[in-house]
Amino acid sequence: MNRYFTVLRGWIMSKLSRRAFIATGLVAGGGLVVGIAMRPGNQAKSLAAKLGPDGEDLVHTYIKIDSNNVVTAVIPHSEMGQGVHTALGQMLAEELDADWEQVQVEEAPAIGEYASYSAGRRYLFANVDFPNLVIPTVDGMMMNVADTLNLQITGGSMSVRTTGILAMRIAGAATREMLQQAAAESWGVPVEEVTTADSHVIHAASNRREPYAAFADTVAAMSPSQTPQFKNPADYKIVGKFVPRRDIPAKVDGSAKFALDVRVPDMAYASVVRSPVPGGSVVELDDGAARSMAGVIDVVVIPQSSVGGMLGETLSTEAVAVVADSYWTANEAVKTLQVTWSETGFESVDSDGIYAQFERDITGGTERQSDRVTGEVSAEFASAARVIDADYHVPFLAHTCMEPLNATADVKSGRAEIWVGCQNPLGFRRDVAAILNMDPEQVTLHNHMMGGGFGRKARPDYAMQVALLSRSVGRPVQLIWSREEDVRQDFYRPAVQSRFRAAFDSSDRLVAWENTYTNKNEPIEAPLIPYRVAAQDIGYVSSPVHIPFGAWRSVDHSQHGFFTESFIDEAAVAVGRDPYEFRAELLQDNPRHLAVLRRAAEEADWNRPLGAGRGRGISLQESFGSLVAQVVEVTVTDGQLSVDRVVAVIDPGLAVAPDGIAAQLESGIIYGLTAALHGEITVENGAVVQSNFHDYPSVRMREAPRIETHVINSGHDIGGAGEPGTPGIAPALANAVFDATGLRIRQLPLGNFDLNYQAEEEGVVG
Amino acid sequence: MSTTFWVNGERQTVDVDPAKPLLWVLREQLALTGTKFGCGIAQCGACTVHIDGVAMRSCVTPVSDVDGRQVTTIEGLGSESGELHPLQQAWIDHQVPQCGYCQSGQLMSATALLADNPNPSDADIDAAMSGNICRCGMYGRIRQAIKATSVASASDEPLFYSVAGVDHV
Ligand code: FES
Ligand code: FES
Repeated sequence: MNRYFTVLRGWIMSKLSRRAFIATGLVAGGGLVVGIAMRPGNQAKSLAAKLGPDGEDLVHTYIKIDSNNVVTAVIPHSEMGQGVHTALGQMLAEELDADWEQVQVEEAPAIGEYASYSAGRRYLFANVDFPNLVIPTVDGMMMNVADTLNLQITGGSMSVRTTGILAMRIAGAATREMLQQAAAESWGVPVEEVTTADSHVIHAASNRREPYAAFADTVAAMSPSQTPQFKNPADYKIVGKFVPRRDIPAKVDGSAKFALDVRVPDMAYASVVRSPVPGGSVVELDDGAARSMAGVIDVVVIPQSSVGGMLGETLSTEAVAVVADSYWTANEAVKTLQVTWSETGFESVDSDGIYAQFERDITGGTERQSDRVTGEVSAEFASAARVIDADYHVPFLAHTCMEPLNATADVKSGRAEIWVGCQNPLGFRRDVAAILNMDPEQVTLHNHMMGGGFGRKARPDYAMQVALLSRSVGRPVQLIWSREEDVRQDFYRPAVQSRFRAAFDSSDRLVAWENTYTNKNEPIEAPLIPYRVAAQDIGYVSSPVHIPFGAWRSVDHSQHGFFTESFIDEAAVAVGRDPYEFRAELLQDNPRHLAVLRRAAEEADWNRPLGAGRGRGISLQESFGSLVAQVVEVTVTDGQLSVDRVVAVIDPGLAVAPDGIAAQLESGIIYGLTAALHGEITVENGAVVQSNFHDYPSVRMREAPRIETHVINSGHDIGGAGEPGTPGIAPALANAVFDATGLRIRQLPLGNFDLNYQAEEEGVVG
Repeated sequence: MSTTFWVNGERQTVDVDPAKPLLWVLREQLALTGTKFGCGIAQCGACTVHIDGVAMRSCVTPVSDVDGRQVTTIEGLGSESGELHPLQQAWIDHQVPQCGYCQSGQLMSATALLADNPNPSDADIDAAMSGNICRCGMYGRIRQAIKATSVASASDEPLFYSVAGVDHV
């Protein structure tokens, strides 16, 4: 991702002359639109319908105030249960001083004008602070970039941090200022005396109070400030408060419409199967039995297609689809297909072989790249009083979103319509257009609520398949992957091996930390540690595998959180120190980290003795701009592990939607707990072995611990919420198991280990 | 071959393969899409409906099995006048759903549990609800919502989360 932007940087700079600004316009039928506009001359035709004849050419519309004083916030991000629509709506409504009950939230349509430019800006400029005056120009540049890249991505725990801070807040505040100005002029009073509350402008001295809508026409002709004043957070009424999520009522009565619930006239259903070994194509197909089944309409070989993109290439290999009048029939028919798949060269690969290859490549150290080198690492090891080392590894994981992958397409000559739940609507539209040889404008994409995303639904292969399938059969088709296909044709969280060495001096101080792991992805900081260790050498080797890579909730943090937070525990134990105290001592330079860790220890009553067979473990992981510490309590009885309690503390800077953050933490923890206890995709004869929830299990109610979450609003930059809960659960759990049993878990999932194992010497499993 | 049964109080006759699972008849023939597909092999609970008041996995129930029987789906859980079932309200009050995809099935299992056992223990909840997977991991909230709706309402159940420092940002 970073590489992509570096290439673009030069190009962007040449576009500096294009400026963006906050602008106003009239909605056809009365009402106000405020958004980010390009200077006239940049036509955004598809929004023209929303604007009156005098309106600017808007690129983003963030706020609409209609004649009934209803405020509509248009959100350029997808909802997959993370509550993003509500949180971004809160940020806008707060600065606008809107009446939350009169605020509606809509997802922006997948048209180019809604590219998530502020997400792109954040990636490009990372943590650079811009003076306010520069922001409109920078945003203008990013709009071009985002438009070019077709970014409308929801992922990387970015939505609140980017669109929220850089767009919703600014548009809200600028609109409030204009409304105050318009009211002051109309009433003939000083603007300083005009206040706002609950979508009304107020002049207390003359007892005037008018709805925002009364000034919509006036404001539409005004020029907004490019650098509006934000509220003092102490005055927040909506941000940081409990507000019920807007998407929930439809999710308790069956009325929420997921992509699976789309019904198009004359629609057929399809099920599909691809080569079990990634990359295989059809050599021979016997579909006689399928074709003879009542209700089967057609059997189609969907050709291979491929698109580029931010996550790298998405290769959708050849597939055989059965189209029928019922999904059940289509899927039963798929089971009867006799397909011979081509040899890929990977037929002899299995999980053990992959781990052996990792082992060789780490030991060989060929072309090792460094993430961080500080201090005199070799010298410290040479003079160390004591050295410990350990090897860790974790397996491939599938996403298993609750809603299996599915999409509906209606492709006719010259146009295509797609119904899908995805994390990147504009990118999907671009990719579908590319494989159909159409312009993006010929593709209409309807994005639906997702039954889980977790990174999987950023990959467009399922939408590409159904587009080609609909074109081939000449009618609308709903393609639903069986759960078996969903598990076996994923883009997987990679398996990784990680090797550590740590050196202590004669006073038992940790003086050197050396770490080499396989295959780096994102985010780049995932393997770094926050602890004060003078000499560090952290790096990686490349060890390619044929199992396709996917972003999986928290991406590289999901592996490295387990590795580093387990090994730091080993370091503490090696010198006879309490794992919490040991960490705390090494965090003296990082007070924010220390505060989070300490709070978790306090809330969990860290020093309270636990009974026999019980144990407690701790972890600390920073990811996506938020800090999370977790304390896990377990009981091990006759080798049976019970996860009793998780105390989690998060510092997200500011919790815009505190209950939403708590829910995201609970969710991230259970997602990570499933991986820690059960999650394992294994490879045999080049193919994924697992297929459904019976052999790729998920945590269920009876295994779910009590989770207590605590939010610290530190006032730092706002961090993410969707992912930071996931990385810390596995290490805290493994450390708790060590505390309870003396067994050090260095491989996941935990379910593979016999916790009755009586350790003879150092009690190491894995 | 036709099968006749009652869905949410309405008589329905469908002319489909008798082996076709009830899940797909509800979704495809009867346009009741609130009941979800998650695994197809009775592992996840997303497809849970009530058959004569008992929570069943509709993905493995041939439609011929419900001939002459009463089926209730998520769409029929509220009262006829449109009021939510108390558990549906509790789901909103406790902000249970995340992506929401599993929640029709969760609610069908939970309503069957309370109908049977108005005051379930934690172990009862574990037993009744462990057939329903929530990949968003909302188990704590589901448990709270069930307890809040049970007869001996656990209204003194402590909050599972706290927020500090809002006034000092
Ligand atoms: S779809 Fe029926 S139990 Fe999963
Ligand atoms: S709410 Fe998403 S699977 Fe349960």
